[in-house]
Amino acid sequence: MTTAGEKNAQVPALSAEGLTLSWDGEHVVVADVTVDVAPGEVCCLVGRSGCGKTTILHALAGLTTPVSGRVLLHGEDVTGRPGRVSYMLQKDLLLPSRRIIDNVCLPLVLAGMRRDEARAKAAPFFERFGLAGSELKWPSELSGGMRQRAAFLRTYLMGADVTLLDEPFSALDALTRTEVRQWFVGVAAELGLSALVITHDVDEAVSMASRIYVLAGAPAAGEPSHVIGEVAVTRPAGERSFELTDEYLAAKRQVMALLG
Amino acid sequence: MASRPEPSRARRVLAPLVAVVALLVIWEALVDVGVIPSFMLPAPSQVVMALAEDAPLLLEHSLVTLGEAAAGLAGGVALGFAFALLMDRFETFYLAFEPLMTISQTIPTIAIAPLLVLWLGYGALPKVVLVIVTTFFPVTVSLASGFRSVDPDVVDLMRTMNASRWQIFRYAKLPAAADQFFSGLKISATYAIVGAVIAEWLGGSVGLGVYMTRVRKSFSYDRLFASIIIISILSLGLMKLVELAQRAGMPWKRAERNKNER
Repeated sequence: MTTAGEKNAQVPALSAEGLTLSWDGEHVVVADVTVDVAPGEVCCLVGRSGCGKTTILHALAGLTTPVSGRVLLHGEDVTGRPGRVSYMLQKDLLLPSRRIIDNVCLPLVLAGMRRDEARAKAAPFFERFGLAGSELKWPSELSGGMRQRAAFLRTYLMGADVTLLDEPFSALDALTRTEVRQWFVGVAAELGLSALVITHDVDEAVSMASRIYVLAGAPAAGEPSHVIGEVAVTRPAGERSFELTDEYLAAKRQVMALLG
Repeated sequence: MASRPEPSRARRVLAPLVAVVALLVIWEALVDVGVIPSFMLPAPSQVVMALAEDAPLLLEHSLVTLGEAAAGLAGGVALGFAFALLMDRFETFYLAFEPLMTISQTIPTIAIAPLLVLWLGYGALPKVVLVIVTTFFPVTVSLASGFRSVDPDVVDLMRTMNASRWQIFRYAKLPAAADQFFSGLKISATYAIVGAVIAEWLGGSVGLGVYMTRVRKSFSYDRLFASIIIISILSLGLMKLVELAQRAGMPWKRAERNKNER
């Protein structure tokens, strides 16, 4: 018999097995995509615009059902079932009509928790997520970086330990982006989250992930996308500016070479 | 191109005030010196006197008209809400009724009012129904397009949170439609009083429209003007109420406005 710890080490937190997806049932967008994310790992799926990344994200989130293949969450088949993994987009999608704390509490309230209970549960996280003092503000009163952190806290409070992120920070300005990415990797490690980041931005992929899957193809021209390679990123310990290291550049070169 | 600086608050209040006062003074002078005979156009001072003399009577009629307008507006909003909900929920319903609703708006109120009187009699009912008919359209259209304006990504996000259809409606669609709903409601509020008055013109025993018909027949144009003023005041009052309701119902709007002004 295996212990829970050993089991976790064997079973990926999230895996897609041979996913083939289509928009209309005929036109195949991505074919036979197999990726997995180990518990506590941040992986990236990188590919050019229009290669079907968001289609994959929708399938992993259970919003669409694949033509073939399965989505497994800790080994459990969750294909076509939404609500099991959390999900965050480039747009923060904060509801303008709700205060930050109530936006952040939304998944709790939707699950049936009373508002004051949900607020009490969310409040302790504001400090860690760099949002202290903005609990009662409206979304329009926050900066882009803060809004994205609030969106991430909302994602976290969904209670799923696997998070899908679709170009989460690419709408932010360059400096904030670098800061928020580093912050995200730190918080994810601290909270033990597993994440799959989907992006067209090679820098975003290399700076956040420990492994990068490269997706290529031209679905619009009738050529479905495949995973054409996998790049491991090694992060030198204790290095503050990872973006300036040889390891970073090496990984970036490999990904760029695969993308062509 | 550089935008013009925002006019100061004093200027925004003073400019229209001066314009109105100037117009009234010119009007008064033209009638007083006899350029326009007072039986054709009463001077503002005569109108004010008529207002004062008939104040109790005008109040009585106004309350009736206001009651009909409010009842009709409430009915129009309720019906508009129901229609907009059905249009949002069922695509076929939307396709079926959207053109019909547009066509219905090209029919002049004054043309259907006599029919309503014929069908429903001289009581309050045809008035209320006419107000419902005229106010329901702006509310329906603004709500239906408001519901459609919700970001589909927000709906997807809420689905990943296992939100029910009702929760998606309550937390995302309804607030997304609030802005457009209040714009529609403001238009409906102005239609409401006018709709009630038009219905009263065509039959009945009480209401501002009835009062107008009577004073017109007795050539008391100063009283006619007095009733026009009352109609304007009632319409503006209803609009103001809608604005207050909007402010109370959409507290986040103020934060957005402050941000834009900064």
